[in-house]
Amino acid sequence: MSLGKLLERIIQLVPVLLGVSLIVFVMLALTPGDPVQIMVGEQAITAEQEAELRRDLGLDRPLVERFFLFVANAVQFDFGQSYYHGRPVADVIAERLPATIELSLVALIVALATAIPLGVLAAIRKNSIFDRMATVGSLLGVSLPGFWFGILLIMLFAVHLQILPVSGRIGYASEVLTVTGFLLIDTLLAGDIAAFGEALRYLLLPAITLGLPMTAILMRVTRTSMLEVMRQDYITFAEAKGLPRRRVLYRHALKNALIPTVSVAAIETGSLLGGNMIVETVFGWPGLGRLVVESIFLRNYPLVQAAVLLYAVTYVLLNFIADILYTVLNPRVKL
Amino acid sequence: MTVLLEVTNLRTEFNARAGLVRAVDGVSLRVSRGECLGVVGESGSGKSVTFSSVMGLVRSPGRVTQGTIFFDGRNLRDLSSEEMRAIRGRDIAMTMQDALTALNPALTVGEQLAEVLEAHDETLPSSGSARRAAIRDRSVEMLGLVGIPSPDTRLRQYPHEFSGGMRQRIMIAIALACRPKLLIADEPTTALDVTIQAQVLELITDIRERLGMAVVLITHDLGVVAEHCDRVMVMYAGQVVEEGPTDQVIGQPRHPYTRGLLASIPRPALRGQPLTPISGQVPDLVGLPPQCRFHSRCPLARPECLVEVPMRDAGPGRRARCLRLEDVE
Repeated sequence: MSLGKLLERIIQLVPVLLGVSLIVFVMLALTPGDPVQIMVGEQAITAEQEAELRRDLGLDRPLVERFFLFVANAVQFDFGQSYYHGRPVADVIAERLPATIELSLVALIVALATAIPLGVLAAIRKNSIFDRMATVGSLLGVSLPGFWFGILLIMLFAVHLQILPVSGRIGYASEVLTVTGFLLIDTLLAGDIAAFGEALRYLLLPAITLGLPMTAILMRVTRTSMLEVMRQDYITFAEAKGLPRRRVLYRHALKNALIPTVSVAAIETGSLLGGNMIVETVFGWPGLGRLVVESIFLRNYPLVQAAVLLYAVTYVLLNFIADILYTVLNPRVKL
Repeated sequence: MTVLLEVTNLRTEFNARAGLVRAVDGVSLRVSRGECLGVVGESGSGKSVTFSSVMGLVRSPGRVTQGTIFFDGRNLRDLSSEEMRAIRGRDIAMTMQDALTALNPALTVGEQLAEVLEAHDETLPSSGSARRAAIRDRSVEMLGLVGIPSPDTRLRQYPHEFSGGMRQRIMIAIALACRPKLLIADEPTTALDVTIQAQVLELITDIRERLGMAVVLITHDLGVVAEHCDRVMVMYAGQVVEEGPTDQVIGQPRHPYTRGLLASIPRPALRGQPLTPISGQVPDLVGLPPQCRFHSRCPLARPECLVEVPMRDAGPGRRARCLRLEDVE
């Protein structure tokens, strides 16, 4: 990976971010509903007060001017004030981001840890009962909507069995000093194993719900590429060398079969962002996804714009990581 | 010379959609220690499947259904898969047609060499660093043996960083790493340039003499056989049709198919004359009746050929599967 390539990627980011900003800006402007009306609600205020409020928020200016103002500030990492919180948008997002990243990472780990072994097993036992069940399972996994599956899990594990919490991120009884914002890390830093376990219990259902579609996709990709690889000459040659079966499967076959899996995983991680909005809402998870959903309802323009920009950067970054991983796993390819 | 490999009445079948395919049907053969046997035949004649069967590498839906495979005194068909694994790579090694696809693209050449030593070599020291050093020395030695320059640095490279001829040499080095008693070289030159072909064959012959191993050279090139093999076996539609000492079989073929094969090779002496190809096509192996399989293409075929033809003596050390071998001039 050369410095030039890195620079090229960063430069590519500029038009992407400009385009994304413009689209979000226009779409918000076209959405019915007025932030000032929503803020004021049922309160009776005079027309002057309303005009003043509108002027304070900069909503009295024309759309084009507002857009350029936004861009000019955004390049200086100033995304304005959240209407609702009365604090800088960047601060509000930074506060919520760790919860979302934590949830996404755990979902990713859950997905990889189940999808790869299941995919390999389905490939080795092609057309067996297990393989057929895995196929049906993955079809379900892709097609079940997250909000519905999440509610089913809550009903089963939280309501009926009562072994896992319904919603939230940690119980009120546990108080942990915030260092990184990642509860799993902060509880360990505090040496509070009980709180760590509790945080994990709260994470489990949302992480499974969020990771399910990804698990299903990655399992299919792993199975297909494993089957493809097992037909290659180098597998026959590895067997002709008298290598133990385990080595043939995991060193020779899986190393090659994982190349597509890892690329797809990196790109699919981007889709976790979208899933986050739904899953965080269902599970009352205090993360960015739920914040964005709330902000859309409140027409909290600055926050939505900043959050969508962040999503776009993350997406591009994940694609970049996918490319890097691809070259690491596949020595034939150089970036 | 004592017998190293003796296959008797081997049958390997594939359950295909169209029906049961007997890819190998009643093949018997013998390879002595240190000998080079050439196996010739068209694509689909069963030559590769015969030796995949010997190595226990026939994949589903294929199955060895009959026969014995005695190697070094043991019937390989009686062995467990673990016992068979221990023999593969250590006593019987194989090289494949195309080294580019036979070498794993994601592993370094050094790793692919080391793992076969790791799997079989019991003389290696057991302690970690001494073992690694010994494996490294052996790997360097093997690459040197097959003529790869500066093997030290080459071990860290990936297959795609080598030329075609070099890759073939690496595959041979891997196959020979444990000094096998038998090397099965499946079309070792088909994927190579003509100039490299000769080098690779010279290499195999040279190492065979040095290590005293037996070689089975699977090829469809009779020229290669003439130059490198002590004996030759000609296969057609899953059966052996002729076998014997190379110079005799090529100098005076006794089966019409062998004669046809020789007649379809261009020769300087016959310059200007048209080649005589064998007319017709290899029969479909599904549901073949028990009769001479070559008869539909045979210039000497007669109604009495429509019976199951056994291998018949055709001179000292020679056999052929033809009722009219006395009439083949």
